[in-house]
Amino acid sequence: MPSKLIEKHLRTERLPHIWCPGCGHGILMRDVCVAIENLNLDKDKVTIVSGIGCSSRAAGYMNYNTLHTTHGRAIAFATGIKMANPEMTVIVITGDGDAAAIGGNHLIHACRRNIDLTVIVFNNSIYGMTGGQYSPTTPTGEKGTTAPYGNIDGDFDLPELARAAGATYTARGDCYHVPQTIKLIEKGIKNHGFSLIDGISICPTYYGRKNKKGSAVNMMHWQENNCISKSKAENMSYDELKGKTVIGEFYNKPKDEYTDLYQNIIKSVGGNK
Amino acid sequence: MALDRSRFQLLQGNEACVEGALTAGMRFYSGYPITPSTEIAERSSVRLPYYGGKFIQMEDEISGIAAALGASVAGVKSMTATSGPGFSLKQENIGYAAIAEIPIVIVDVQRSGPSTGLPTSPSQGDVMQAKWGTHGDHPTIAISPTSVQSTYDEIIRAFNLSEKYRTPVIFLMDEVVGHMREGIELYPKEELEIIDRDEHMINGLPYAVGEREYVPKMPSFGKGRPYNITGLFHDSEGFPTNDNKIANDEELRLMKKIEANRDDIIKYESINADDCDTLIVCYGGTLRAVKGALEELESSNIKVGVLNPITIWPFPEEKLLDLSKKVKNILVVEHNYGQILIAVRRIAQCNADIHFLGKIDGTTISPQEIVEKIKEVNQNA
Repeated sequence: MPSKLIEKHLRTERLPHIWCPGCGHGILMRDVCVAIENLNLDKDKVTIVSGIGCSSRAAGYMNYNTLHTTHGRAIAFATGIKMANPEMTVIVITGDGDAAAIGGNHLIHACRRNIDLTVIVFNNSIYGMTGGQYSPTTPTGEKGTTAPYGNIDGDFDLPELARAAGATYTARGDCYHVPQTIKLIEKGIKNHGFSLIDGISICPTYYGRKNKKGSAVNMMHWQENNCISKSKAENMSYDELKGKTVIGEFYNKPKDEYTDLYQNIIKSVGGNK
Repeated sequence: MALDRSRFQLLQGNEACVEGALTAGMRFYSGYPITPSTEIAERSSVRLPYYGGKFIQMEDEISGIAAALGASVAGVKSMTATSGPGFSLKQENIGYAAIAEIPIVIVDVQRSGPSTGLPTSPSQGDVMQAKWGTHGDHPTIAISPTSVQSTYDEIIRAFNLSEKYRTPVIFLMDEVVGHMREGIELYPKEELEIIDRDEHMINGLPYAVGEREYVPKMPSFGKGRPYNITGLFHDSEGFPTNDNKIANDEELRLMKKIEANRDDIIKYESINADDCDTLIVCYGGTLRAVKGALEELESSNIKVGVLNPITIWPFPEEKLLDLSKKVKNILVVEHNYGQILIAVRRIAQCNADIHFLGKIDGTTISPQEIVEKIKEVNQNA
């Protein structure tokens, strides 16, 4: 029996989902639902926009206005929705490849505008849907089906990238620290501006297998022991931080929001509405 | 009755495109600057706020169409404009609009290509891309205006068709029309038929159609029951499916919604077409030169007619087939290496001799060149 929360926020008739056993995406999807529940948002005033990839199949299971778009373009579609209807709470669910590779340009420009979108990256450090190729967040040195000798690319720190580009709320959560991740998503949605939450997921099927990370349970334990809070990380040396993932809220400082600024333009010319 | 001067304005084709779009109800524009379409973005940025509408300059051509599609999903009539290279970049999301059935008008002010080509020179080289540019089988409506007045009139029709059939409509201008200035008449909305989308879903299903109907109703996000939109093949509820029968039915319905309504969508202009030996087939800004040639040929004994499709896709096949049985020669005049020529040959080559006058050097075809070609064709006959 699904819980009352699941009944309310998911399209249970569309389950089971397509994700592999042990995938972390279901946990992150639930986190988004709980955050929406906690904020008491009207479901018809919530739109979830997603791109292409494992992450982006979440939209179809979620019982709001849901738009499953083209690869990398979710943030651009979301920008149009938010401009056309500023009353709408617009949440983008995207993956590391979707958001930071093919869609990287849209990500940084949406940050720059500080448009009121909340982007949650289901970041599993791999292209899962196509079978395990290295992505912009595959740690340097780790393997993918197209990095058989180890990835020589540098990897993005997404909250740092978003902050540098102008986002007004940035944070990172993971699959193990659930209550904290829910809080971070809630705060991201509440921020009246562009928010990015990097949600570290687990992919035992491809990332885990290619890099000998063990079972899904092993990978969850890895998150338990290696995802450390920002406050703890502040007192750690460079060497101590190697191999660790820092979680928590990184930036939260308001700035003029894009659709508000546009509304001012309409007002200044005496436009109707 | 005194002439209402406020109805008449001296406008460039690109400007008339924006004025017509606003009359049709456009309230969202997103795009990326590119010659020779930029004036459409510029005028939209000036004019939209007066109507409470929104303009946004996006970071690239792809997001230019994506944001417009997002706004359309939120219930706002949307447009994007571009030119050759940008039109190439927009193709994937044109396919998305086709399968997700999201109304949008995509303006392509054609310039010489391929690639960066001759950015400020006229061309009609995107005719086939308008039909086949995005991958997979998909329906296409493409409209090509012939003058500034025609741009104003036809962009309104483009919006109407897009809303009525829930489909992307490609507005295929060329540099000649886009940058030409003419005095035109603008109409108040009340004097026109403006089609707005019907938001009442059948049985609460966003992709269900009534009996013998092909077009589902389109509710806006945020105005009723939340539902799902996807670029995957989907069922009547809008959810992805791998069911081959549902996929087949959906694809057929997408194709048929245009095929079954060809009479409503197809539009052409003809001059002496039923009483000529040589029929010229042309479209867009080329019609201007062809009309000049007709004037020069008036005193000759060569009987020339014109068939000018305004709706390029679907092509007026029946009309051309019918005319081809009555003429000796068909001369296709277009600013490319022979694109509509392919369609004309396929339809008419069994009935008439097909000739071609094209240009790919970035200059325009002159009336004189057309006159000479007509004379040559009739000498050989």
